[in-house]
Amino acid sequence: MERIPILRIGDLLLVTIQVDMHDRLAMTLQDDLTERIVRDSAKGVLIDISALDLVDSFIGRMISNTAAMARVLDAQTVLVGMQPAVAITLVELGLTLPGVKTALNVEKGMALLGKSYLR
Amino acid sequence: MNVYASPDTGVRFASALLEQDDGRPNETAVLPLQTDEHVVGLRKLVRERAVELKLSLVDQTKLVTAASELARNTLKYGGGGAVLVLRLSDGPRHGIGLVFADDGPGIVNLTLALTDGYTTGGGLGLGLSGAKRLVDEFAIDTRPGEGTAVRITKWKR
Repeated sequence: MERIPILRIGDLLLVTIQVDMHDRLAMTLQDDLTERIVRDSAKGVLIDISALDLVDSFIGRMISNTAAMARVLDAQTVLVGMQPAVAITLVELGLTLPGVKTALNVEKGMALLGKSYLR
Repeated sequence: MNVYASPDTGVRFASALLEQDDGRPNETAVLPLQTDEHVVGLRKLVRERAVELKLSLVDQTKLVTAASELARNTLKYGGGGAVLVLRLSDGPRHGIGLVFADDGPGIVNLTLALTDGYTTGGGLGLGLSGAKRLVDEFAIDTRPGEGTAVRITKWKR
């Protein structure tokens, strides 16, 4: 079955989405990430979408849900690398991803997580 | 108003939106919308057509996103259907038209369905209302028990 790889770096999980995800693939990623947070005792999740040229309401909802699930499992989620055209479209679509922390790139996202989970 | 004969979509719902357009399409592609993969295939084709038309990156993204939302509606609420992808010319103006059609249950309360946050399917309720905001023209034709057709247009500025 098609899957998006999840990398572990210390107590962080890193996902780089590089393919145009169909809905089932997005749901599989949500489930896989939630499982890995528990299995790896992860404290942070970084979702890199710099290669995505589209975030529609389904993918947006998957990201929001993943962040909410991570939160109740004691992990923080940071969404990084959103392209400007995607940001403009998302907001016009009416999706503002409440509760999801964002950073401009992976490095800044890691810094944000480092701060919030070492506190 | 130029009238064209639409190619066979396999959809029985005979909507006027499938038969005519304000512009003059000189090429039409028909794609089935029966699986998640078809939605991804449509996004790819729409992106290619938008690049070809030299839409700005923001307009490309808006059109592809609107297409994705409406294709998902066709699949989820319409039980599958088809989409026409049109190249439009209206004098000096050029654009892309998309017509989504299904033989599903139709939309009983259209005003409600076009309201942000309203959903009958457990989604966010942004598909229809959001897609409308992302394009230049938006038309919908739905008959309970017969089907739904949605037409969107994006013009090159």
